Amino acid sequence: MPGAVQSPVSLVTRVTCVRRQAAGLYWAPAMPAPSAEPAGPFPPTRHSVLEAVRGGDADARRRACEALAAAYWKPVYKYVRLRWRREPADAEDLTQGFFAVAFEKGFFERFDPERARFRTYLRTCLDGFVSKERAAARAQKRGGGVVPLSLDFESAEGELTLSPPAADVDLEEYFHREWVRALFETAVARLRARCAASGRLVPFAVFERYDLDRGPDTPTYAQLGRELDLPVTQVTNHLSAMRRELRRHLLEALRALCASDDEFRHEARLVLGRDP
Amino acid sequence: MTLSDVTLEHLRAVAGEPDADGRYEIVDEIARGGMGTVYRARDRELGREVALKVSLQPGNEAGLEERLLREARVLARLEHPGLVPVHDVGTLPDGRLFYAMKRVRGSRLDHHFAAEPSIPARLRTFERICETVACAHAHGVIHRDLKPENVMVGAFGEVLVLDWGVARLRDDGVAAAPGPVDEAPAPGRTAHGTVLGTPGYMAPEQARGDVEGTDERADVYALGAILYFLLTDAAPPPDGSAGSPRRRNPAVPRPLDSICTRALAAEAGQRYPTVQTLAADVSAFLSGRPVAAHREGPIEWASRQASRYRTPLLLIAAYLVMRAALLFWPR
Repeated sequence: MPGAVQSPVSLVTRVTCVRRQAAGLYWAPAMPAPSAEPAGPFPPTRHSVLEAVRGGDADARRRACEALAAAYWKPVYKYVRLRWRREPADAEDLTQGFFAVAFEKGFFERFDPERARFRTYLRTCLDGFVSKERAAARAQKRGGGVVPLSLDFESAEGELTLSPPAADVDLEEYFHREWVRALFETAVARLRARCAASGRLVPFAVFERYDLDRGPDTPTYAQLGRELDLPVTQVTNHLSAMRRELRRHLLEALRALCASDDEFRHEARLVLGRDP
Repeated sequence: MTLSDVTLEHLRAVAGEPDADGRYEIVDEIARGGMGTVYRARDRELGREVALKVSLQPGNEAGLEERLLREARVLARLEHPGLVPVHDVGTLPDGRLFYAMKRVRGSRLDHHFAAEPSIPARLRTFERICETVACAHAHGVIHRDLKPENVMVGAFGEVLVLDWGVARLRDDGVAAAPGPVDEAPAPGRTAHGTVLGTPGYMAPEQARGDVEGTDERADVYALGAILYFLLTDAAPPPDGSAGSPRRRNPAVPRPLDSICTRALAAEAGQRYPTVQTLAADVSAFLSGRPVAAHREGPIEWASRQASRYRTPLLLIAAYLVMRAALLFWPR
């Protein structure tokens, strides 16, 4: 799998959970690394992590599991907090325990793309896991054969506090939305890292100010141009280029998480409202 | 980093925007449908604002691009104030087909009349919709998806009929003459058995997928359904059993009820034969003349005459009252 090289995003997102850091027992999951190919309407076809997780190569399988954990840990954590009404500490343990058991027992290897979407399958596994809490606790004690993940639970908890979901929220929809959020966060982090590496600080600053700081203080193109000493046409050109690159990173991350081209197209439509 | 809900929605919208960095600059999204998305865009060359309708995906899955192209060609061919002029057709850098058209402002018909209870005002708008559809029929184009969502009403009451993506070109019409519309590839034509349209607004023959039997009278049916909507503020039932609007709104005048019922006849042969005849009946009702679809009784006749000649009748009555008063005034 092309994720063998440590991706910039995993460096960016390697925020440690203090409790786990003290124990010195963690590894950081890495999303599949972005490719260096030029941007195009379609991301290059690659083996998805879902294929790798069912493959024979143990190393590739481990990396694929890490990638899946990186993409899904936050939706899983929030889902456990909401669906199972667990306290933060419990939800953290269950999230860690779930991925540990999933890797150990080969949950993801048994996924059949013909029968369900991976997201649905994962949620079903998670529900089964949490409902058998005793087994989860045992797995936690054993460590599931895998050291705990380095996950920024504090930020996930902060998000839940900042924008709590409605009481009657549809949990399936919520899980999907959180997964989309995690996907975009990954794409933005990759874009940021790529821009930093290639010295494109001004285009990213335009993108950050206009597209990431959305709110009542979002400047107009003209205001942003004055702020950064750029003509308006340059502002829109930078924005256009950054958005295009964001889409490429997003589609690459998405492609890696889909089991087939059909699923990829379907998910791209759900996420972006258009085909890849 | 954490993305707020507002930022996430914004990013989803902008990341899905087409790569239109040549002549057009995307400003924002206006609407989204099954065939494509409409964006507000700026034409850099001509320095004006336009609307870009962009197909959902590159390639021609489900014939969507052909429909988009067909719609553009139909609109380019028809010239009427009720139709949006098309400026340009092309392919975006990401491979998606688009056409640029005049940016229209206004509200959808179903939203426009939410706060307008006046039946005459609604009927005048309906007449303009009929005029536009009649123009299309004269050029051999049948819309096949007329419904309130596909009609825009401007600030001054002007009407625009949109979404010609499933329009059918009648072989014996002007559209059959050599020209770009007819050069559309054969797969763009609707196969027999294919159902295109919207339940409630679709004529029964259209709902059955009877493509050969679907002609201008299918649009007459849809216009009848729009009239039903304007008279009752409710969409006709999706099973095609709309019938009389008076059953839903007893305040609907009987002649209008008859017009609507005739337009919505299940048998195409019992409907108005053309959109012009439907529009003529509505105009007759508005001006107090007899309506072809309705046989009125003596009381209705008297009531209509009284309504039509209200002013002279009131003057005569006032004159007679004065004469009577002068005759019997004590001297």
